[in-house]
Amino acid sequence: MRRKTLFDAAGIQRSLGRLALEIAERLQGCKDLALVGIHRRGVPLAKRIAQKLHEVEGVHVPVGSLDINLYRDDFSSVGTAPVLLGTQVDFDIEGRTVVLVDDVLFTGRTVRSALDALLDLGRPARVQLAVLVDRGHRELPIQADYVGLSLNTRREDHVELRLKETDAEDGLILETPTPAPGKKTERRGK
Amino acid sequence: MSFSHKDLLGIADLNADEITYILDTAEKMAEVSHRPMKKVPALRGKLVVNLFFETSTRTRSSFEIAEKRLSADTLNFSASASAVQKGESLADTVLNIDRMQPDCYVMRHASPGSCHLIKRLTPAAVVNAGDGAHEHPTQALLDAMTIRQRKGSFKGLQVLICGDIAHSRVVRSNVHLLNKVGAKVTVCGPATLIPPHFESLGVRVTSDFEKALQGKDVVMMLRIQLERQQRGLFPSLLEYYKTFGLTEQRLKLANKEAIVMHPGPMNRGVEIASEVADGPYSVILDQVENGVAVRMAVLYLLLGGGEDEASH
Repeated sequence: MRRKTLFDAAGIQRSLGRLALEIAERLQGCKDLALVGIHRRGVPLAKRIAQKLHEVEGVHVPVGSLDINLYRDDFSSVGTAPVLLGTQVDFDIEGRTVVLVDDVLFTGRTVRSALDALLDLGRPARVQLAVLVDRGHRELPIQADYVGLSLNTRREDHVELRLKETDAEDGLILETPTPAPGKKTERRGK
Repeated sequence: MSFSHKDLLGIADLNADEITYILDTAEKMAEVSHRPMKKVPALRGKLVVNLFFETSTRTRSSFEIAEKRLSADTLNFSASASAVQKGESLADTVLNIDRMQPDCYVMRHASPGSCHLIKRLTPAAVVNAGDGAHEHPTQALLDAMTIRQRKGSFKGLQVLICGDIAHSRVVRSNVHLLNKVGAKVTVCGPATLIPPHFESLGVRVTSDFEKALQGKDVVMMLRIQLERQQRGLFPSLLEYYKTFGLTEQRLKLANKEAIVMHPGPMNRGVEIASEVADGPYSVILDQVENGVAVRMAVLYLLLGGGEDEASH
């Protein structure tokens, strides 16, 4: 197993700063904007982006959190039991532009569940997606509107975002299993 | 967290961590009931059969609402309108329904251990909604959720349960639960309504209600079934009220912040005075509300679940 650090704490903050600028630019300011983070690591990321938006635009953007466990399509009766972290969206999403925030975009199934969970809470004017990393290998037709880092990965790689709020330190790490000798591995982009 | 149960037959089968896990899950489930659109797809395509061989309003509606909020399909089976009336046995009833591929049975039955019986007949999950005077696990869980919301934790909490201890499944499940999480339980009632050797469950037993109230943080009153009086277990309802009824005056003997609970249905003026039932320290309606969240949590953990880590 090889571990490579792609971003340190400063790298993550720079990337989030750029995401915030892109959101503000694309939406021409932050009118009727709301950020909704997907548990777990999307929630602190959404809060950090809101903080950046406050710094550059001087606005307070409401932030909510979404627990998608009750909307998943991969139930099984075995395996570790789920820990519900709860959905908390204390503002009306009706008519707003909601930017969903998650750490890593991979198969797209989490985002599919998040869309269902979000739309059960009301009818936003539009929904967009911001992710810190897009690592490809989609299983559903889902794309992000704002991407911090596009990464070529193999399916068996592991991309791990660690955040101070949840993991004591900031860091974006790529873990690559060492291939068996002579075995060719497929490498795909997003 | 690992939670590897297929059934919930009694609190006796759970440990303290599992109880906390169910309560934590229930706290998060509660939010769903406060949305304009009160439904999540967690149990879509699952069939839950509600088998009620004894009458029940609260528990049955609470389970049914929980099932519907989780998008499960429900089949309501009541003994009075079924082949049981024609003499079909419990085992045959279950074996027949089982061929219609249910995922879960929620059962109330007058016989203790009846849920253990059907567990052996079906691969589906079994949730005990009350079996005789044995256990009523979701009631104890919703009581615990209510206590935790008001008191923060259970450690060292003084709990008094008063009423018909002998015929109550609620008290047994509550004693198991409260002992496991570190509360101290006292049970109280007329000696004729307390089974012998009840102390062996790890509780204090007394018939002196006023003395028992002193220093209590939680006072849980149980329903007195009126037919018990006809069987001569206590002289009259008025005398019961005078000795064991929870009045405002008596409640002052308990701790200042004490809460009052009742699993319902209440007999006002028998085990509890109206002013107490409707008073500021009463959490009786919170218990009803928490019932839906707890049952959603139990059904979700037994039938839904899934992986802890998202696949992104």
